[in-house]
Order: sequence, then C-alpha cells, then structure tokens
Amino acid sequence: MTRGLRGGSVLLLLPAILFVVLLFVYPFAYGLLLSFTTEHGGLTLKNYVAFFGDPWELRTIWVTLKLAVPATILNVGLAIPLAYYMRHGGRGEKVITFFLILPMTLGTVLVAEGMLNYMGAAGWLNQLLLALGVARQPVQFTHNSLGVLLSLIIQGLPFAFLMILGYVSGINPDLEKASQMLGASKWQTFLRIMFPLMAPGIAICFCLVFVMEFSVFPTAVLLGQPSGPTRVISLAAYQWAFEKFDFHISSAITMTMAVIELVVISVVLGGRNRLQRSASMVGGKG
Amino acid sequence: MRTRKLSLSGILFFAAIVVYVGNVLGILFTEILTSVSKGWYNGPLPPKLTPEWYSYIAAEHDIANLLLVTFVVAITVVVLAILISFPAAYVLSRTEFRGKGLLLSLFLLPMIVPPMTYGLPLAMVLYKFHLAARITGVILANLVPIVPFVILILMPFIEQVGENLESAAKMLGARRFTIFRKVLVPLTVPGILTAGILSVVRTISMFELTFLVAGGRSQTIIVALYADAYAAGARPPQAVDALAVIYFCITMVCLIIALRFVSPTQMVFKIK
Repeated sequence: MTRGLRGGSVLLLLPAILFVVLLFVYPFAYGLLLSFTTEHGGLTLKNYVAFFGDPWELRTIWVTLKLAVPATILNVGLAIPLAYYMRHGGRGEKVITFFLILPMTLGTVLVAEGMLNYMGAAGWLNQLLLALGVARQPVQFTHNSLGVLLSLIIQGLPFAFLMILGYVSGINPDLEKASQMLGASKWQTFLRIMFPLMAPGIAICFCLVFVMEFSVFPTAVLLGQPSGPTRVISLAAYQWAFEKFDFHISSAITMTMAVIELVVISVVLGGRNRLQRSASMVGGKG
Repeated sequence: MRTRKLSLSGILFFAAIVVYVGNVLGILFTEILTSVSKGWYNGPLPPKLTPEWYSYIAAEHDIANLLLVTFVVAITVVVLAILISFPAAYVLSRTEFRGKGLLLSLFLLPMIVPPMTYGLPLAMVLYKFHLAARITGVILANLVPIVPFVILILMPFIEQVGENLESAAKMLGARRFTIFRKVLVPLTVPGILTAGILSVVRTISMFELTFLVAGGRSQTIIVALYADAYAAGARPPQAVDALAVIYFCITMVCLIIALRFVSPTQMVFKIK
C-alpha cells in the first residue's frame, strides 16, 4: 500500500489534477482577480464598495440568510428524529427512501413549477385546507418567501435525512444495547449515548445543507418575488454578470458568497472537533 | 422483546412521512394533470382532457434537439469523467504520498461548494476562451462536480480488488495498461456502472451550471423548462407543464434504472 508516488502514478493522476486546476482552481483565482480589478486594470476595492455600499445589494445577504438559516434548522431538526427512528431499517424503508430521493432527483426547477400549480390559490393544497376548514380563504404559498422556504424544505429534507441516516446506521448497535442493559431509558440512551455519537455527522450535515440553501437560485426566482423580497445573493451575482454585463462586480458578489459559505463550514467544523473530543471521552470512560 | 405497535414516536414518524410524500405526490400529479387539462380553473379535477399542449410545446421548442443535447451532454460527461477519474482513483486508493490529504480535499471541494458559487467564475472563464454558449462548454462545466463524485465512488471498489491479483499479472509479464484492461476494469465493472448511472442522473438534473454556460442551441431540457417557467405568460402554463412532464419521464426512467444498481443512500454525499 505505501509505495510513494512514482513517475507512472503521477502520470495517472495528471488528468484529474489538470482538470481540477483548470476548471475549478483557475476560475476561482480568475474570479478573485476580476473582483479586485476594473476593466482598465489596476487593483481596486471599487467592486466591493459597489456591493457593500449599496443597501439594495447588501440586503441580499440578509434576504438569503433569512431563507437559508430557518430552512437549514428545520431540515436538520426534522431529519434527526426521522433518521433516528429509521436507524434499524423497518417497514417500508425502500418505499420511503424512494419518495425521499424523488424530489432531489427531479431538481429544483421541476418542483418549483409543480408547486406553482399545487400550492396556487386554486390548487389542490388550498382546496384541501378550505375543505377541512383549516383556512377560511386560500393561503398564499407562492410568490413569497414562504414558497421559497417550503421548496427548500421539500428539496433539503431528504438530503439531510439520508445523510444523517447513513451516519446513524453506521454507529455500532451494541453501544445502544449496552446502555439499555445498564438500565438507561430510551430517552437517556438517545441523549447520553447516541446523540453525542451522532453530533459530528449532524455538524457536517448542517453545514452542507446550509451551504446548499445559501446558494438558492431558481426557486427564489420562480416561487418568490425576485424583484425584492427574495432577491437572493446568487441572483444579484447573476444579474450583474448576465444582465448588466459587469463581471467585476459580479465576481465581488460571488467571492463574498464563497467567503460566507467557507466561514460557516469552518465554524461548524471547528465546533464539531470539540464535540468529537467530548464524544470520544464518553466512549473512553465506558 | 419489542413489538413496535402504536408507539407515539411511530405515529409521529409516519405522520411526517405521509405529509411529506402526500405533498410530493400532490405536486407531481397536479403537474401531470395540468399538462393534459383544458379549462381547469377550479375544482378537484380538470373538466376536460386534451393532448394538445404536448404538440404545442413540441412545435414551439425543437424537442428533438433538446433531447439530443441532453443525452449527448450526459453521456459525454460520464465517459470523460470515468476516463479522467479511474486512473486517479486507482492511484489514490493504492498509494500513500505526501500531500494526498490535500489533493483529496481539493477533489472534495467542487462537491461541497454549491454550483452557483463556482459556476459564475467558471462561466466567465469559459466565455473568455469562447467555449461557452456551445455544447463543449456545457460538457466542461458539468464535468466539474462529476469527476470528484466518480473518484469518490470508484475508490472503495478499487480498494476491494486484491493487490496480489495485480502482482500476479505483473509477474506474468503484463504491463500497466494491460493490467488495467484485463484485471482492474473487469473487476470494478459494478463500480463503474454505479458511478456512470448516478452521474447521468445528476447531469440531466443539473440546472445551475448548464444554465450559466448554455446558449440557445446548447441548452438541456431542464434549462429550457426554467426559461419557459421564468417567462410565465409567454406560453400557456399547461404547455410549460407538458415540457415539465417530458423532463419528469426522462429523469424517472434514469432513476429507476439507477435504483436497480445502487442503494438510495449512495445518492447523497457520504459522511466519513
């Protein structure tokens, strides 16, 4: 196994390395450079000033956070008990997972288009709510932040669920049995044994889901009010690039977006390391 | 002995699943019914059914071209991704070297960073080199998340192939290329199939990257669908739904084929 990297191996790695450098690293570097220059060249902060100095543009960060944070908390919060319940498999596991991956596979655009009909004023959902007497008049689910949030849950919940399920089902079931044999209740087993063991997985899941939600684009346009209340940061970056053709300001916005995503990833992963240490301490004493 | 009868947690679990699945099915069935309906403004079911929206949308879009582009992009991306990834996955699963961890994280990044974030600078680069707005650009952009994905799927499959098989082949005088062709590739066919089919599904449903680099003749179905949904009012909504149903059928067929080979949990990012 440990053989060191020889000439032949370097040659085999080369296509993949070239690929990631040319199509991922280079574009990022190019974007970073664009964000600090103008058409006439010369380093400048002008593009960032244009973004951070304009309340209408700066607002997109809050608009996006207001969608992404609740969506992430709801998705991960709902996925934890659901995945925990499914940890030993169980009836209908295949059917359930099929329906969960369906919206993920179909993609945001199809789900958004379908939601416009289904959740519209005369759609089935409102007909049902009216018939059940839950609502007096049709609820407005689409063309507002609620619609975008709902679509983020429909798309994000399966992702969070399957990710946490993969993690929980990898935990040694003997630990749980041992805890129950020693007289712990189900709730204690969850709180003292399983949750600390799940915590690192939940942390990774949380940051991946957040990053995914933070870059929301098609649903914010189709299901929200892209002219204002759901003008998210990626839409701003897109508009500057392909409607106003200013690649420099667009790059500044994109880099800001990337920095926010990386900060969240590192904060959550930093916390995860601390959790993991305490989890291993629990394991060590047992 | 635990007999899971009607425990509270069980009821809550199934209630949550029923609400979720019910809404997903509601969304899909509304979509399908609307695409064949006429004059459905209220009431639980459309008053009249018609196939006219399908012929309408087929006439409005060059459907043949849309399908062709979608499949050409998906197949080319998968073939190229496997050609690039297989040798890399081989080295990464067989060799220890300095900077391996760094290289692995570099391959992981395009899977963690959302496409909208790296897609914009990537599109700018592709426009700069006149590769965008054509099928080449669409293929290149779609490769970015797929190559790391294929590497990660292939690595465990290659690790499973015993190294002594390779040594035996080497002792019998096989050169590296022959070992790849006669030993490694045949033994990792399940991995290659898994990676291939999952990549097809991902590429067909990849909206953001294709949207950012595609031109009129190089767009895939999903981008055409977005454009129609965005320009609401330009076409009858039922016709847009007809296009959505066509896209839905294609994805469903791929998904059902995929599920014959892989377990659903393989479709999301694996936590290590």
